[in-house]
Amino acid sequence: MFPRHVLAFGCLLALTACGVQQSSTPAAGAPAQVTAQATAPAGAGLSITDPWVKTTKKGMTAAFGVLVNDSDTEVTVVSATSSLSPTVELHEVVESGGKMVMRAKEGGFVVPAHGTHPLEPGGDHIMLMGVTEEVKPGARIPFTLTVKDGQPLEFTAVGKDFAGGKEDYQPGMDH
Amino acid sequence: MAAGISRRGLLTGGAAVAGGAAMTVLATAAAQEAGPAGGVPAASGTSGTSGTSGTSGTSGTSATSGGSGVSGASAVDASAVEPFHGRHQAGVATTPQAHAVFVAFDLRPGTGKEAVVRLMHLLTDDARRLTQGRPALADTEPELAVAPARLTVTFGFGPGLFAAAKTTSPLAPLPSFTTDKLDKRWGGGDLLVQICADDPITVSHALRMIVKDARSFTRVRWTQRGFRRSAHAQAPGTTQRNLMGQLDGTVNPTDLDRAVWITDGPLRGGTTLVLRRIRMNLESWDAADRVAREFTIGRRLDTGAPLTGRAEHDEPDFARLNRLGFPVISEYAHIRRARTEDPGSRILRRPYNYDEGLTEAGTSDSGLIFASYQADIGRQFVPVQRRLAEGDLLNEWVTTIGSAVFAIPPGCGPDGWIGDRLL
Repeated sequence: MFPRHVLAFGCLLALTACGVQQSSTPAAGAPAQVTAQATAPAGAGLSITDPWVKTTKKGMTAAFGVLVNDSDTEVTVVSATSSLSPTVELHEVVESGGKMVMRAKEGGFVVPAHGTHPLEPGGDHIMLMGVTEEVKPGARIPFTLTVKDGQPLEFTAVGKDFAGGKEDYQPGMDH
Repeated sequence: MAAGISRRGLLTGGAAVAGGAAMTVLATAAAQEAGPAGGVPAASGTSGTSGTSGTSGTSGTSATSGGSGVSGASAVDASAVEPFHGRHQAGVATTPQAHAVFVAFDLRPGTGKEAVVRLMHLLTDDARRLTQGRPALADTEPELAVAPARLTVTFGFGPGLFAAAKTTSPLAPLPSFTTDKLDKRWGGGDLLVQICADDPITVSHALRMIVKDARSFTRVRWTQRGFRRSAHAQAPGTTQRNLMGQLDGTVNPTDLDRAVWITDGPLRGGTTLVLRRIRMNLESWDAADRVAREFTIGRRLDTGAPLTGRAEHDEPDFARLNRLGFPVISEYAHIRRARTEDPGSRILRRPYNYDEGLTEAGTSDSGLIFASYQADIGRQFVPVQRRLAEGDLLNEWVTTIGSAVFAIPPGCGPDGWIGDRLL
């Protein structure tokens, strides 16, 4: 059920095969549906499978999944937004001073043509800071990824209890 | 037992003096009555003739010779997959897998319908992926998910879940049975998850993923682990033996649309589960000889044939008398008391053994996790259990110590979740 938007996205790619309306405007109030645009020349091949977000009472948390690029050109995700948090960043986890820390990823997430880019605990991820509303297990949290030279990718991530993903955040890292 | 045959009296007069003169006479007569196949197998406990003589209904390829070990059974296919989506949940009509865990959860206080729906979304997603050999979402041990070994994950809703969701419960509590000695630690539960697979690591991994998603919403009430013969040791679908040595589960309904699946209402396509934990007193069972054991059940230990027949699936002849004028199959034999004539009213038994270890003195904690599925508990399960409680020779050695009832919702499609028509 969670990959539904991915399936829907597949339908869009298949143009009218699924009878999906070819509207270029995402339907408001349909958070569970992907709204990436099949007509967009760049970024159209981008989707995300198995998106999930770590549950939290408040403060920081992160979202994960696997970015999939079905197009012939690489796709760069340059930023992310979510109603959950005023501050959403694209992060990586690197070693610093003998420990793993996370920091903003310069240049964003680059998804190779016909390739994937995993977002996972201990690796690249979408970081949410200043979360004020509890993310409950099973909650559906909308996200939008901004794609360089392309249409944004909207998706819904499901809240999952998860013990890991506790790397130190070092916002002061210079890069 | 209304007629004044006290159970105690009957038992002390009969089965409890297993091997005593009266019983042996009766049972020996019964054995002779059954004809050539029926020699009293007093000394043949390990001859291993089970599975011969076309026990029918099963594959017939099982162990043809006890001494030769594996024979005719196919190797376990760790990649074998049971479908998840469908009209019915898997794990009921599914050929029983070798390993099972039944776990019951209680919803935490304040957990209402909205939370239960979120929970069932999560658990359905876990089951959908894991049963198909894919890691669960956020699976921390994805390598453990790649050998589903016919994994099924089946969900059941107890009365408390319906109450929490402010939905009318289709379940009535079981009446009390005089022979029950129920221990709360094995009873009740708001949500049941039944996890079965032919591989125990697969079961453990699935349980782990389910529990990790359930514990924000629930507390674990009890966990019951069970096992049957390993998949490689016996052909699939062969009637299994319980730890008392009996073939267990010979008579099951064949028309599940009549006997098991509910045909109308919100549970249409679902069923009900009565889960009973039945402790076996194997120490006193040790004192019962084979004649007494067969007399108690009404079946032969080796073939599982009724005392009036030759093969496991022969119809018992309850009217046949021995030369002394007594019924060959006792009035209080287990199979007579448990008998439901109408196949459409029979319960579907899918039992698992449990064996939880030994006391310091070497006494076993063993028994049966008796899983009974039926469309209507009151019409199908209760009458049988009443008759057993009123007078089953087997009661001398078995005691029900746990009991729970659950509604098993229908299955769901790729976009659905288990319980979506109920909540």
